[in-house]
Amino acid sequence: MSFATTAFLVLKKDFTIEVKSGEILYTTLFFAVSCVLIFAIAFVREGQPVEGAGAGILWIAVLFAGNLALGRTFERERYGETVRALLLTPAPRAAIYVGKLLGIVALLVAAECLLVPMVAFLFDAPLFARPLLLAAILGLGTVGFASVGTLFAAMLVRSRTRDVMLPILLYPITVPVIIAGVLGTSALLQSPADEPVALLWIWLLVSFDVVFVTLALWTFEPLMTE
Amino acid sequence: MRKLFAPLLVLTAVMFAYAPVVIANTRYESTMFLVQKIFYFHFASWMAWAAAIGVCGIASAVYLFRADPRGDRLAVAGAELAILFGAFGLVTGSLWGRKAWGVWWQWDARLTMALMAELIFVGYLLVRKYGGPGAEKLAAGMGIFGAATTPFIYKSVDWWRTIHPQTSVVRNLGETAPDMYGAMLFCTVAFLLLFASLLTVRVHLESRRAELDRLYLALEDQP
Repeated sequence: MSFATTAFLVLKKDFTIEVKSGEILYTTLFFAVSCVLIFAIAFVREGQPVEGAGAGILWIAVLFAGNLALGRTFERERYGETVRALLLTPAPRAAIYVGKLLGIVALLVAAECLLVPMVAFLFDAPLFARPLLLAAILGLGTVGFASVGTLFAAMLVRSRTRDVMLPILLYPITVPVIIAGVLGTSALLQSPADEPVALLWIWLLVSFDVVFVTLALWTFEPLMTE
Repeated sequence: MRKLFAPLLVLTAVMFAYAPVVIANTRYESTMFLVQKIFYFHFASWMAWAAAIGVCGIASAVYLFRADPRGDRLAVAGAELAILFGAFGLVTGSLWGRKAWGVWWQWDARLTMALMAELIFVGYLLVRKYGGPGAEKLAAGMGIFGAATTPFIYKSVDWWRTIHPQTSVVRNLGETAPDMYGAMLFCTVAFLLLFASLLTVRVHLESRRAELDRLYLALEDQP
């Protein structure tokens, strides 16, 4: 079986379970929406949203929801005791990782499809002025965050303290991605949108993604070996 | 290594004792005067910090791919020293910033990234302490990723120009002010030697600990 087929099968498996239960999608979406509402309470003064808060709120909601989703996807594998079965399959480990990563990215992109209009609507942010650039920043940022997140969540499956450890490990390491994502998005939210700055951050996100995905593919195999 | 340790320690002590003389003999910087003298230790501690992170990253990779316990010991020593020298660099930087920029802390690109790198290695130690069984492997993954983000920290100041001096300042110092450059190199070597001696002690302690664990286990196995 080729690398791509294995990755696709892992993704299909997760997708089938998710379509049946909807557990992770609905809880993650609900959590992300609650996050945005809490920020609305904090950042709306006298009916007017604080200027420029939109980018940060959007990203924090995505990252917090991402943390929740990452924890849950592997919790399901652990609960069904299928981690070992998954690792015993005669398939390249990296393909399993890619399948899982694609699942997380798809989930977060779904969450973003809800969050972007919501933030644009609630905080009066011109998020749809440059849709392609925004999609690029969000997509690349999500891949960068999820690539490290998937690796660490998989490693933590066997750890007793995984719930606390995941955010502790994940947020400091993905800080370059977070900075690039937030600053790129706020460059787009300025009026008029600062396209050269946004493009600079997009290129930085590309380089972070390349580094993180390469490192994750390289270390997944030894990290998952007992 | 043990034979080399005593001379290493003596050399480090002598260099640190002589460092104030070297620094005092350099010229005053034209705008900051005496305040700028902190630069020699500030820069040197960040160099030792970079060395510590490099050691931690490479040792983590060796541990992960070769399953060599010595790599693990070296990695934990490197991570602890990265926190130590990073804290020293942040404190000296903060003191310098207070006098040069008027604020203790500035949300400049490199300061932010340095703080985050510091957090990564604190996270590394937390994982080791509370990660439960198999935490060494987790920590090794963390060490590799931590070391990989460090070059981005270094480059961040060039990408995102803010008030922190550009990296070319140090490069040009050799031509513009050879005495300052000499003092900077002297302090850097002193800090690197301090790093090497602390690393040796820490690795030695860790291997003693492993040996003790092994002996305890052997004792329990006895009928």
